[in-house]
Amino acid sequence: MSFGPKAWIQQHWDARAALNFMLGGTGSGLMVAAALAYPDSRAPILLSLVLVATGLGAVWLEIGKKLRAINVFFNPFTSWMTREAFAAVLLFALGGAALVQPQWFLPAAAAAALVFVWCQGRILRASTGIPAWRAPQVGLLIVSTALAEGAGLALLFATTPLLLTWFGLALVLRAIAWTRYATAVRSSALEAPGKLLLQIGTVAALALAFAGYWVPAAAPLAGLAAIATGLWLKFALVTRASVNQGFALPRLPVRGVR
Amino acid sequence: MTKWAMIADLRRCVGCQTCTAACRHANVTPPGVQWRRVLDMEVGEYPEVKRVFVPVGCMHCDDPPCMHVCPSTATKKRADGIVTIDYDLCIGCGYCAVACPYQARYKSDADTLRPNVATKCTFCAERVDAGLAQGLKPGVDHEATPACVNSCIAQALHFGDVEDAHSNISQLLAENQHFRMHEELGTGPRFYYLWDKAR
Repeated sequence: MSFGPKAWIQQHWDARAALNFMLGGTGSGLMVAAALAYPDSRAPILLSLVLVATGLGAVWLEIGKKLRAINVFFNPFTSWMTREAFAAVLLFALGGAALVQPQWFLPAAAAAALVFVWCQGRILRASTGIPAWRAPQVGLLIVSTALAEGAGLALLFATTPLLLTWFGLALVLRAIAWTRYATAVRSSALEAPGKLLLQIGTVAALALAFAGYWVPAAAPLAGLAAIATGLWLKFALVTRASVNQGFALPRLPVRGVR
Repeated sequence: MTKWAMIADLRRCVGCQTCTAACRHANVTPPGVQWRRVLDMEVGEYPEVKRVFVPVGCMHCDDPPCMHVCPSTATKKRADGIVTIDYDLCIGCGYCAVACPYQARYKSDADTLRPNVATKCTFCAERVDAGLAQGLKPGVDHEATPACVNSCIAQALHFGDVEDAHSNISQLLAENQHFRMHEELGTGPRFYYLWDKAR
């Protein structure tokens, strides 16, 4: 047994940063689902943009120098945070255009949303100081949770067979991504959210979605189950599983020889 | 090409925290911010227990993850290996702090000189530069050497050019066995820990 400064939960990113991953992911996923299932509808596009903007606004509240936020665009060569910012600009431009002319711009906006959420996954992956974030499996986890939650949110607007199928596929992808991640990263903080993600957010949600083919009222419940469990998992990932690297001594000093 | 590096001799450090105090005095860091910290670690199980004092801080890595993730390009690496922060560019997003595997970065609203931006050990770059301008040798001449190294009462801390085979720290590294913390992460820290004489 060893005593000393043990690894602790990082204090630099709190719930405001978590909101960026939660709302940004769900908003991006909604844009993708809207492109697949509601190519003519403007409401999901608007909600998607509002969610992404709210997430970015939350993280803006966390930075130390708010009036210098424009500097976030200065390092596209190596920083995934800069790339996320550029992807957000692209997403808002294309999303705004899609509000006017959805048939033309919605597929491009959905592609920008995928790039945005991919950047979010890479932001965590590049956080070398946090073992639970730097795992290579975190990228697919972030993207798949975004797709599942976005599809779940789209189910609240209307239910179509195509959307239900997409939702089911996204849930399966998310469950696979979570299982891969949980196998690689052992975190007690993620045990309960992970269990709920599989039981309520996957198995129960899939059953409800299947029922949704015949009973339309079941589909929104499936969506809510997927959203709630996915958001909780990401909140826990950012704020509770984010234990830092700590300190380690591969050798102990041999005293009295010098 | 000069590459500045630091050495902590774990056999000599007594955990007096004088380096911590000297750093705070030299760099005017606020309460709770310690660019040079000394960890007090207890390792092993009774009766085989060892107490080890471990100076830590920014390792001025060869491949610093903090620099790569910085969205504002505030974090840079000088040709001599010192990793710097431009406080006028930094937006205080904290990304560098979560990217650093050495917990070396701080952000404090109580910092009167650098409020709400990322801060960390600078290897006392201003002292090093000023000393070099006067023809002094960092690591040898006190006026050109980081405050923590100057203050160390046990001569556990050393500073110098790791690329110069005849420098003080190159000789110490040749005469002793050493390691670098979290080397497996591939960051190339330039803070070496001596733990035994060379065999």
